[in-house]
Amino acid sequence: MAKVLVVTSGKGGVGKTTSTAALGGALAQSGEKVVVIDFDVGLRNLDLVMGAERRVVFDLINVVQGDAKLNQALIRDKRIENLSLLPASQTRDKDALTEEGVARVLADLKQKFDWIICDSPAGIERGATLAMRHADVAVVVTNPEVSSVRDSDRIIGLLDSKTEKAENGERVEKHLLLTRYDPVRAERGEMLKVDDVLEILSIPLLGIIPESEEVLRASNVGSPVTLNNPGSAPGRAYFDAARRLKGESVEMTIPSDKKGLLGKLFGRRAA
Amino acid sequence: MTIAVRTRPSLRFRGKSFLALVLAPEVPLRDWLEDLDEVAKRSPGFFSGRPIIADVSALKPSKSELKFFLAALKMRDIRIIGLEGAAAAVLDADMPATVNGGRQAGDIDFPDLDAVALPATPAPPPAPVTALLVEGSVRSGQSIIHTEGDVTILGSVASGAEIVAGGSIHIYGALRGRAIAGCTGQSSARIFCRKFEAELIAIDGLYKTADDLGPKFHGQPIQVNLDGDSIILTTLD
Ligand SMILES: Nc1ncnc2c1ncn2[C@@H]1O[C@H](COP(=O)(O)OP(=O)(O)OP(=O)(O)O)[C@@H](O)[C@H]1O
Ligand SMILES: [Mg+2]
Repeated sequence: MAKVLVVTSGKGGVGKTTSTAALGGALAQSGEKVVVIDFDVGLRNLDLVMGAERRVVFDLINVVQGDAKLNQALIRDKRIENLSLLPASQTRDKDALTEEGVARVLADLKQKFDWIICDSPAGIERGATLAMRHADVAVVVTNPEVSSVRDSDRIIGLLDSKTEKAENGERVEKHLLLTRYDPVRAERGEMLKVDDVLEILSIPLLGIIPESEEVLRASNVGSPVTLNNPGSAPGRAYFDAARRLKGESVEMTIPSDKKGLLGKLFGRRAA
Repeated sequence: MTIAVRTRPSLRFRGKSFLALVLAPEVPLRDWLEDLDEVAKRSPGFFSGRPIIADVSALKPSKSELKFFLAALKMRDIRIIGLEGAAAAVLDADMPATVNGGRQAGDIDFPDLDAVALPATPAPPPAPVTALLVEGSVRSGQSIIHTEGDVTILGSVASGAEIVAGGSIHIYGALRGRAIAGCTGQSSARIFCRKFEAELIAIDGLYKTADDLGPKFHGQPIQVNLDGDSIILTTLD
């Protein structure tokens, strides 16, 4: 059964687009058929992070309004064939997205893909509520700081009340993805710790993505970090998160690029 | 070194419920105003001293139409405490505030010519005393308002969420937002929570913010009650 997944946060700039691309890349490499959709009408980004900005001809709004066929708008990734992108429009107004239109497009995509990953815009306005409206699963992207945590809490409230599932008395499956985590700064008390965030939000943890320059490096070359550098710390963290999304149980770690003193002393575990 | 201790005058917020009379003008407005004048002529003083709300949803007024309507009421010495059903775009800062979500209390019959004068405020029907149970957590941005009695929350109350209760508030998780108990003037109301990290607590209109309270009780299981005009916090167990 195809799953509609929304990547959402409330607060802007916390890593939704990065995570959409990285999870999409990881799921596709594990053999799933994946489409990533940009719901950030007017501020589209996902095409850049996916390295497809020069290949955009038609977009989500064209499909919603019936000006283009779904197949004309879908952009197949050049690196992995079972990964596609449905871009947003950079020029149109987000009011052009209608609820029925979005529902229709999602229903069509469900026939073709295993995972439909929706990159939500920031905020709690129409764009964000439309992106979450038909979701089965939500990944709530949160940075370890109070403002981001509070906005995530707000979004969780909306997921529990304003989605189609909620209105039918069902529940959207919710996961917390803690991104830009810096264990050293958390230890020094400059950031919230994992447990603090989990206690406040009380939804299951999908993964902890460390702060890493590999993320910027990957987006600069137009590639999800899970394709550009799968062995990097954020790459591995996103791969683990993708496996948890598929229902596998994977031990929770915070992958690291640098080996600290402890890492050097205890680099390998005795057999 | 001297430490300045600032005492602040206690500011009270109280809730009070009235049965408001709702005037719902119809189109054409001219005819409706004539009917209104007829009522006013037959029972002088019917509108004075009553809380009156104007529900303009049937009128769908533009800004100037709304201004005209409000002026027409003013001319008749009818004072509006709130507006219902007006689009945000047609509202001005000097118009009555918008209200919504009131509870229906049926139509009030206009008295006819030889009827005795109505009491100034018809007694509201006695509110049933009920407790409200919230199974999960209350998330940031959500607000639970229950003026009829106690509120019990099985989960936590997030920063930026609020609970307003006529009676006491019981929170089995953490209180990180606001808890406002005894809002209809019940000074015996209390607040209980298992982990106290509140942004604001209030009982019967007396309130304290996190700043007033300092770190002393932070993270503790707490009971809050009122002793005269002071808010008392005690740790449970
Ligand atoms: N783990 C990370 N380590 C370092 N930088 C990161 C990480 N995750 C994201 N970033 C950076 O943070 C910035 C914002 O990321 P991104 O665009 O994915 O956020 P967003 O939530 O989609 O933003 P918006 O709300 O504007 O859509 C980007 O510059 C990105 O490279
Ligand atoms: Mg984005």
